[in-house]
Order: sequence, then structure tokens, then C-alpha cells
Amino acid sequence: MPQIEIKSINAFYEKLHVLKNIKLSVSKGEIVSLIGPSGSGKSSLLKMLVGLLIPKSGKMYLNGNLVNFKNQSDLRTVREQIAIVFQQYNLFQNMNVLKNVCIAPTKIQKRNPKEVNEQAITLLEKVGLKDKLKSYPDELSGGQQQRVAIARALCLNPQILLLDEITSALDPELVKEVLDSIRLLASEGMTMLIVSHEMSFVKEVSSRVVFMDEGSIIEINNPKNIFEKPKEKRTLDFVSKILKEK
Amino acid sequence: MGYTLVYTQVLEFLPYLIKGAWISLQIAILAFFGGMFFGLILATIRTFGNNISNKIVICYVTFFTNTPQLVQIYFLFFALPEFGILLSPYIAVLLGMTLNAAAYLCEIQRAGFLSIRQNELDAAKTLNFSLVQQVKYVILPHIMRVLFPPLSNHYIIMTLGTSMAAIFGVEELTGRAFNINSETFRSVEIFSITALIYIVITFIATFLLAVIGRYFFKAKIRIIQ
Amino acid sequence: MERLIEEIPNFFTIWNVIFLAKAMGVTFLLTAIGCLVGFSVGGLLAIFRKTKSFYLLPLRIFIIIYTEIFRRVPFLVSLLLFFYVFQIIKISDDLFLIATITVCIIATAYIGEIIRSGIESINQTQWDAATAMNFTYYQTLREVIFPQAWKVILPPAFGFFIMFIKDTALASQIGVMELTFAAKILNNKGFSPLLSFGTILILYFILSFPLDRFGKYMEKKLASNRN
Repeated sequence: MPQIEIKSINAFYEKLHVLKNIKLSVSKGEIVSLIGPSGSGKSSLLKMLVGLLIPKSGKMYLNGNLVNFKNQSDLRTVREQIAIVFQQYNLFQNMNVLKNVCIAPTKIQKRNPKEVNEQAITLLEKVGLKDKLKSYPDELSGGQQQRVAIARALCLNPQILLLDEITSALDPELVKEVLDSIRLLASEGMTMLIVSHEMSFVKEVSSRVVFMDEGSIIEINNPKNIFEKPKEKRTLDFVSKILKEK
Repeated sequence: MGYTLVYTQVLEFLPYLIKGAWISLQIAILAFFGGMFFGLILATIRTFGNNISNKIVICYVTFFTNTPQLVQIYFLFFALPEFGILLSPYIAVLLGMTLNAAAYLCEIQRAGFLSIRQNELDAAKTLNFSLVQQVKYVILPHIMRVLFPPLSNHYIIMTLGTSMAAIFGVEELTGRAFNINSETFRSVEIFSITALIYIVITFIATFLLAVIGRYFFKAKIRIIQ
Repeated sequence: MERLIEEIPNFFTIWNVIFLAKAMGVTFLLTAIGCLVGFSVGGLLAIFRKTKSFYLLPLRIFIIIYTEIFRRVPFLVSLLLFFYVFQIIKISDDLFLIATITVCIIATAYIGEIIRSGIESINQTQWDAATAMNFTYYQTLREVIFPQAWKVILPPAFGFFIMFIKDTALASQIGVMELTFAAKILNNKGFSPLLSFGTILILYFILSFPLDRFGKYMEKKLASNRN
């Protein structure tokens, strides 16, 4: 049984049709990368998976259970199991690093504050931010904020992690640090959906790669094939253009 | 309770009240543009003036923005005669509102001056704009876009402020409501109708200002907040 | 002018000074109660106005109508309207109470708007992050939005407080014993209008100016903290 299964999902921003008839299933422990030009619906797909974008039609199953997007308790269950790291980090500006990581587990999940605190410190240590616990988001560099956001998502103990273009706002030398954190997670067997422009990274970590364009999924393939012999012409155009730029 | 609201009698006075609203409008517009003019002079002094003239303008603005307009008008109306200056109620109200508006509009216009960005002017200079062209194509459009929303807002506040004129016996909208009240004693009916007329005229004003702002100055004003 | 100088000792008698001090207290109290209530109730209005629930739609429409109405009727007209309504329903003929209620109702409309635009000034990304982590609407407001928005809310709210110190002068029209009414009484007793109204102009200034300065100082300080 796939961990996430979505069937014929259609979603809109105002009048803009951002997700067109999306079908995708993800098994436990899989790492699925989403690639495609900007505005192709990759971020929208991630937002939809945590109920920040409510689909107009289609079905989503999480661990075999149908998700009713109109039901708040269904949405709560989804968000308990799926955590998202935003492209813009979205750290709470009024809280320091440690508080950013701890607030949801203690206040929302009602877990033991002491345990959460220990876990948060371990996670922040893992992403190399042990000495920034008391700093505020606006005192940190983009890469540091990004890693806080990853620690914050992980501290929720999700089954599935969504990563939205997490390297696009970073300086090249920081990209490596962040990607190293992701590699570590991958080796631990976390299910992940990754939107990324780092093609070499995508190639390295993904189980499967999804190519999207104009709100539709054009092709799903393994990482080797999608870069070397894609089935669709649009994929080939995109991939060869991206690889040429490198 | 034993009191029923009867609007029929009051509605007969509607044309009389609406004519009063015209007078309110007149006071608001005159005081607004008077205030704009004096405010512009004050703002210019404040931006380009020397230390002493600056301080005088600051004192003026601080005094007028920290005391009630009503008491300022009382002062003009009752205290100036001691110096031999007699003002009619209409003039006292108009003068009081203009002096008061000048203080606020000075601050608003100064903020507009300060918002001009040097790099835009530099860009205009490198494109060989003459001074007149700089003002016409760069400075004025920018200032108006920044200034239009707060100025519109202050105009609405001033329209509401004109009701003070009634206290001095000016027969604008509220003044006429006073007159009808002492004739008919249908107080709740009269003042609710009066309130409604104020709502309507300020809505019309906001609407017109929003249209003017959008088409002429690319300034955004929300009609309903 | 000489007459005026002669009059000064007669004007500043102990009785008159106490009389004016009391009136000043009434002016301040009227404003302070109005703003306190305005802040709490206005805050609630802002919170409910941003809800999305279908069932709260009538409440949201009510809030919009309420805030639009009371920000478009002159204070004087609202005051008289409430004064006469109270006469009809005969709950109370306490003029201070009537003026206080009017001030509260109007302050609620204005401060509600200030708080709402403060809430709206916070970036959508903060809402998204909180929602994705299962914060409820009220938890998001308490933990994330208000701790950031108060810096945007406070300066204009302070400006409003000062505006209302001055606007309560209109309460003199229904006979509330505040500063302006006190000046009228002194004037009617035969003191020079120059002295009566001049004195309360200074008293209003004494009430308002420190708050004005403090508000501007705070605005500057908060603005520099934000960047």
C-alpha cells in the first residue's frame, strides 16, 4: 500500500488552474523529486499535500485513508504526518531558533517540553547550529534559516517530509551543508518529496523523478532514465536546457 | 418605553437637510484647500527653511495638533473680540478649520517631500530632463501617488469635523438638524437621518477620491476598508 | 490687556484650579476608558473579521457595517443621537455614562481598523507555516501574529488616543463636565474668554503633548528595531 496516493487532483489559485489532473503515489521510504520550469505547479503540489491549497476535485489517500479536505480533523491528521519546509523558510520572526523548533511539538502536539527541548537541541546540532539556539531569524543567514526550518520540520516527527526548493535561495557554498543534511535523512529512510533545481543532487538521492510542466505531470521515471533517455520530448527539452546551463 | 419612532414629519425636512449638507461640503472643501495652501507653505519652510523658521513651524504644528479644534474655534470666536476682531460664526469656523488643517496637512505634505528618492532624480538628470520636466514627470507623479491616500483620508475627517460649525450657529447639516430638533422634538429621528446623510456623503467622497486616485495618480484607496 | 492682568489672580483661585483639575480628570478618564474598551472590543472585532468560517459570515458583515458607520458619522452627531436614545429608553440620565458609551463605541470602530491593518501587515508566509504545523487560527494569532503585529498597531493607536483627548471636547455639548464645558462655565461666570479658553487650550496641550512625543519616540524606536 502506498503511503501517499493522489488521484486526478485539480486545484486553482483564484482562477489559475495550477494542478491539472495530478496522479501520483509514493511508497514509504521513497524519495521523489519534482522538477520542471518555475510556475509548473511543483510548489502548489507540495502545498496541496499539507492542505494549504485545497483541491477542487480528485482524491488523496494517506496510508490508505481517504482525506476529506473540508474536514478539519482530517487536515490535522495529514499535517501531523506530513511536514513541509518552505522555500522562504517561513520561520516565526518573533521567536528565537530554539523556540521556533519547539513551539509546535510542545504547544500543538502537547509533548513533554523537556523531551522536545532535548530533541530540538540534538537536531539543531545535527544541522550545525548548536551555537545559534538563542538567535532570532533576522540575525541568521539564508542557509542557517533554511537549516532551522529543516530542524523545525523534523522535530514534529513526521512520516513524510516535503522540501520546497530549499537550495534556491542559498549561496553555492551553503548548498552543500543543506544537501548533506538531506542525504543524512535519506539514509535514515524518511519518505521525502523534494522540489529542486540541483539536478546532480536529484540524480543522486531520488528513487524516482517527476517532471511537471504547466500544472501537469508529464513524466515519471527513474533518475537515470529521466536525464539520459526521457520518454517525453518536453522532458528532454527541459533536461537538456538545464544541463547545458551548468 | 412608550415612544415610537415616527419619520414622516422629519422626512419632510429632507431637502432642507440636504441643502445643509451642501454647506457642510462647502466648508470642508474651502478649509481643505486653504489648509493645503498654508500647509504647503509650512512644509516648504520646514523642508528648506533655516533653524529659526523651522522651530516656528514646529511650534505651530505641535500646538494645533495637540489641542482640540473645537476649543481653537471657541478661542477665535469668543476671545478675539477682546482684541477688537469680530468674526462671524461662518468665518470663525472656516478660519479655525483652515488653521487646524494647515498643521496636519503640513505634516502629510512634508512626508511626501521626504519620500522623493534621490536616485529617481539622478536618473531624470542623466536623461537630460529640464527642471520643469523633472517636476512634471518625476517629482509630481511620485508625490501625488504617495500623498493622495493620506490627503483623501484627512479630507473625510474634515468633512466630519464640519459638524462642529453647528455649535456656533452655522446652518450646515448638523446646524439644520439642531433647528429641526427645536421645532419638532423628533430628536432620535432627526439625528439618525443626519447620521445617514453623513454616511452617504462621505461614501460618495471616498468613491470619487478612489476613482480620481486610481486614474490620475495610480494611488490605491479602498472604498470599504 | 490691563484688565486681563488684573483678572488673573481672580481667575486662578483655589476653587477654580480644583474645578479645572477635576474637569481635566474627566477628559482624561473619558478618553482612557474609551481607548481601553476600544482596544479590547476592537481587537475582538479584528479577530472575528479575519475568520473564514461560513457560519461567522453574518458576524463579519455586521463588523464591516459597524466599523464603516461609526467612522463616517461625526462624533458630535453620534453623541447627540445616543443622548436622545438614552432619554427615550430611560436606562440612565448620567451624562458621563452616555458620553463614555459613545466614546467606547466610536473608539471600537477606529481601533478595530487599526488592529486589523496591523494583522494584515504580517506576511502570509507566517500564516502558512503555522497552518502547516496545525496551529489553530487563535493559536496562530496568539503565538505568531500579535507578537509581531503590535509594533505596527501601537503607533497609530497612540495617535488615536491623542485624537480622542481632543474629540472629547465635544462631550461639552451634552453637558459633560469636562475641560471645554468647564471653560464655558467660567466664561459664563464673567471671566474673560481669553483667559478661560486660553487656559484650557494649555491644559489640553499638557495632556496631549507628552503622549504625542512618547508615541513619536516609540514609532521611531519600533521602526528601527524592525529593520
